[in-house]
Amino acid sequence: MIWLTWRQFRGSAAMMAAVLGLFAVALAVTGPGLASSYAAGIAACTADDTCDSFYNRFFGEYDLPFLALTLVVLILPALVGLFWGAPLITRELEGGTHLLVWNQSITRSRWLAVKLGLTGLVAVAAAGLCGLMVTWWSDPLDESAAEGMALMAPLVFSARGIAPMGYAAFAFVLGVIVGMLARRTLPAMALTLAVFAAIQLAMPAMVRPHLMTPVTATFELGKGNTDGISIPREGGSAPRLLLREAVPGRPGSWVLSNELLDPSGRVIAGGTDGTGADINVSSTSGPCAPGNSAGAADGCLGEVNRLGYRQQVTYQPLERFWLFQWIEVGIYALFTAGLTWLSFWWIRRRLS
Amino acid sequence: MTSSVLEAQGLGRKYGKRWALRECTIDIPAGHVVGLVGPNGAGKTTLLKLASGQLEPTAGNITVLGGRPAGGTAQLAKVSFVAQDTPVYAGLSIAEHLKLGARLNPRWDDARARDRIERLGLALGHRAGKLSGGQRAQVALTLGLAKRPELLILDEPVASLDPLARREFMQGLMEATVEHEFSVLLSSHLVSDLERVCDFLIVLVDSRVQVAEETEKLLATHYRLTGPRRDSDRLPSGQHVISASHTDRQSTFVIRTDAPIHDPAWAVSRLNLEDLVLAYMDKHAADKRRATLEVQR
Repeated sequence: MIWLTWRQFRGSAAMMAAVLGLFAVALAVTGPGLASSYAAGIAACTADDTCDSFYNRFFGEYDLPFLALTLVVLILPALVGLFWGAPLITRELEGGTHLLVWNQSITRSRWLAVKLGLTGLVAVAAAGLCGLMVTWWSDPLDESAAEGMALMAPLVFSARGIAPMGYAAFAFVLGVIVGMLARRTLPAMALTLAVFAAIQLAMPAMVRPHLMTPVTATFELGKGNTDGISIPREGGSAPRLLLREAVPGRPGSWVLSNELLDPSGRVIAGGTDGTGADINVSSTSGPCAPGNSAGAADGCLGEVNRLGYRQQVTYQPLERFWLFQWIEVGIYALFTAGLTWLSFWWIRRRLS
Repeated sequence: MTSSVLEAQGLGRKYGKRWALRECTIDIPAGHVVGLVGPNGAGKTTLLKLASGQLEPTAGNITVLGGRPAGGTAQLAKVSFVAQDTPVYAGLSIAEHLKLGARLNPRWDDARARDRIERLGLALGHRAGKLSGGQRAQVALTLGLAKRPELLILDEPVASLDPLARREFMQGLMEATVEHEFSVLLSSHLVSDLERVCDFLIVLVDSRVQVAEETEKLLATHYRLTGPRRDSDRLPSGQHVISASHTDRQSTFVIRTDAPIHDPAWAVSRLNLEDLVLAYMDKHAADKRRATLEVQR
């Protein structure tokens, strides 16, 4: 049975191996250069304390390949489900060959077990390999990434570490079971894609933020968490302050909520979107008055801080990365186990 | 070998609300070539799939060679099933099909398989997807035979073949049954396909078994009576009317009886298998008409 499964699967396996091989070569060639230029840049910027701008420059230079690679890892499990999972059974049903193979001296359960096992393992290995290679290559960029692309942020988290293996296993078995139910390849593929995409969107939106109680903390305002303060030139109206989606001193965190508190501890609207929140500070005299020369914004920010304005942020810190990765893999492993059980039940009871 | 190849009691299978086969009670003794005949959609495929374990019965039970169909590898090894349209893996060569058979069957006879392919004049390296319908059927049959089954089930094996390929296929099947002892159960909607090869016949019409018996006995007990017009209930009690047709002056009956016919009013003739099967199909249609008429009254 292993022979037959491999004979049917070897074409797609070879194609996947070839693509992954090319991918690995490309990453292996460019990866060390990226790492060394990052190391050199860090060494230079720590000397004169300009690392923030170095990060921006460095990440800006490579953001396209960074995004492309992340996307590849995100899409690979879906492809596995679509092109390996869905047709696994439907191809037999459509060709009628299930009637041929189920009448050899082998039970359907064993037939399915070998097919699921072998193809599934290759799928998981491919996704795992791809994920880990990209994780390695992207390491310097993950260190310097902008807030939205932080390692814990939904898009990037799902494309790093071991999570892709869980996704691939799940997408594959999902494709198989949908194929068994739909019995035709094309509808099965479409349905697999729809269901998998929905789950992949629901996971970071609804489940992942609550895997562990997020940390809530208040921070003084500073360069690390403000996008700037605008002081009206005419005077009269209040200065406006805009917060950054970042946790000061904790890069890589996933910011779940980000609010500006006034001195009495109430939330002020507009701190994180649009033009910013009005700050109740004198704009006719003092550090926030217009006309103050260089460093006005810094001085004004200091004044706002002194008055008691704070950033309150709820986040999942970077330290939880591997813990979350394991939990997420565990959840998808449970899904996978459930669907696998269902597929065995279905092939024994219902499919004919 | 057990004495009966297939035993079914009250066997039925439903698809949704429709019964594809119902109240099927048959007992097929071993060592026969059994023909299963009936119009399209009568439930032939359903019965064969139940026998091979592809389907589970909705009602009743079925025993094949003393075991539950597809009830384990030992049972699977004893029964070969060649499905309708004789499916093969299009991407695999004939040699790979034989390898598949060898890997998946404990009783596989590789020499027999290779010998058969050679005699058919097929190249082992040939892709199964490029074979003609007849060649594909032969490859599927070869797989079924090399498994060395005790029962070989074939579902409309010649339905899509041209007359020449039909004859060749049937001939190959007959040679194999003579050479190696096993029972065969094959279906067709054409009696002519089965006439020369079967020694046991099952007629299945509209999801019910009409008759299941050895062909010799069927031919010996069925007659066509032609004579002056007469109602069917005025026939002797030992004569069961299978079908009846009347003109103004004449009546024609197909009857079944074990006793000789003495009534001099009748012109008595024997039936061939095809007429016999048609009579049973006709009977069913007549029963149905009567039933609907009664409902309408």
